[in-house]
Amino acid sequence: MANLKETFLNPILKGNPITVLVLGICSSLAVTVELKGACVMALSVIIVTGVSSLICSLLRKTIPNRVRIIIQLVVVAMMVILVDQVLKAFAYTIDKQLSVYIGLIITNCIVMGRIEAFALGNKPWPSLVDGFANGLGYGLIIIVVAFFRELLGSGTLFGLHVLPAGYVPNNLVILPPFALILLGCIIWAHRAFDKELQEK
Amino acid sequence: MEYVSLFVKSIFVDNMIFAYFLGMCSYLAVSKNVKTANGLGLAVIFVLLCTLPLNYLLNRYVLLPGALAWLGEGFAEVDLSFLSFIIFIAVIAAFTQLVEMIVERFLPSLYSSLGIYLPLIAVNCAILGGSLFMQQKEFSNVGESAVYALGSGIGWYLAIVALAAIREKMAYSNVPAPLKGIGITFITVGLMGIAFMIFMGISL
Repeated sequence: MANLKETFLNPILKGNPITVLVLGICSSLAVTVELKGACVMALSVIIVTGVSSLICSLLRKTIPNRVRIIIQLVVVAMMVILVDQVLKAFAYTIDKQLSVYIGLIITNCIVMGRIEAFALGNKPWPSLVDGFANGLGYGLIIIVVAFFRELLGSGTLFGLHVLPAGYVPNNLVILPPFALILLGCIIWAHRAFDKELQEK
Repeated sequence: MEYVSLFVKSIFVDNMIFAYFLGMCSYLAVSKNVKTANGLGLAVIFVLLCTLPLNYLLNRYVLLPGALAWLGEGFAEVDLSFLSFIIFIAVIAAFTQLVEMIVERFLPSLYSSLGIYLPLIAVNCAILGGSLFMQQKEFSNVGESAVYALGSGIGWYLAIVALAAIREKMAYSNVPAPLKGIGITFITVGLMGIAFMIFMGISL
C-alpha cells in the first residue's frame, strides 16, 4: 500500500506534470484568466486522465502495439466528449468560455503521456490512482496561476471583489503571455526549494 | 484579397503559439536547436495543410446539423456535431500514421531525421486546435480553410525556429540555477508573446 501512496503523491510534488515534466502546457495557460474556469478545467482533466488511464490499463493486453496511439486517442476522445456534453448540459456559460480548450484535453500530453508511460504497464487500480494524481497535480498548478491572474488582473476571486476599491487592475496580468511568465516563476520557486530538480 | 488578409492574420495576429498557446508541449521540448525545430515545424505545416481541409469537408458534409441532407430527405434532420472531436482526432491520427508509413517507405533519409517527431504530431494541440478553430470560424469554402491551415502552420514554424535560435544563444548566458532550462524558456516565450502582441487589434 505504501507504493500506492507514492504513486499518488509523486505526481503532485516531485514529478508534477506541469512544472517538472512540462506536459499539458497548451490548455493550462489559456483557461487561467479566472478561477472558475480553471477549477472546471482542472476537474475535467482529473476525470479524463483518471478514467482513460483505467480503461487503457484494462485493455493493455489486447491492444496491438502498432495501432495503440489511435486506440488511446479514441478512448480519450470518448471521455472528453462525455465531459463536454455534461458541461454543455449543466454549465453552458463556462463551456462557452472554455471554448475549444475542453476539446483540446484530447491532445493534452498529460493524458497520453500517463497512458503511455504508466497505464500500459500497470494494473488498473494503480493506473486509476496515477491518472487522478496527475490530473490533480495539473489542477493545482493551474488553480495557483488562475488565483494570481484573477487577483491581480481584476481584483476579484471567483468573481467577488476582494481587493480594496482603490486597487487599479493590472491589465498586463490578463494578457496571455503573462501566464507563461508566471508559470516560469512558479517553476523557479519550486526548483529553488527542491534542488534535485535543477537542470545542469 | 480576402485570402491574403486571412493568411497574414493567421500567421501574426492569431499566431497559434503566442495568441492561443497551442502545440506548447512539443514547442518547448523540441526547440533546443534550430535544425530539429526546422524539421518539426515543416512537418506541422504539412500535416495542418492536409488535415484541416479534410476536416472542413467532413464537418460541412457529415457533422453539422443538416449536413447529411445530400444523402436524401430522411437525413436532413440529423445532427452529428457531438461526434466532431472523435472524427477530427481520428482523421489526424490516421493521417499522421499514413504519412509516417509513406515517408518510411519512400524517403528513408527524411524519416530517420524526422522519425520520432512524426508520431508526436498526432498529439500536437496545434493540429487539433486548428480544426476546432476552423469549426468555430465557419469558413465559407475549402480554399479559406486551406489558407488558414497554411498560415497557422507557418506561424507555428516561425515561432519554434525563433525560440530555438534564442535558446541556442542562451546556452552561453549565466542563468540562476533554479531557473535554468525550462524556467527561463517559459519566461522567454512570455516575453516573445508580449512582443507579438503588437500585431493584436490590427484589422486587415
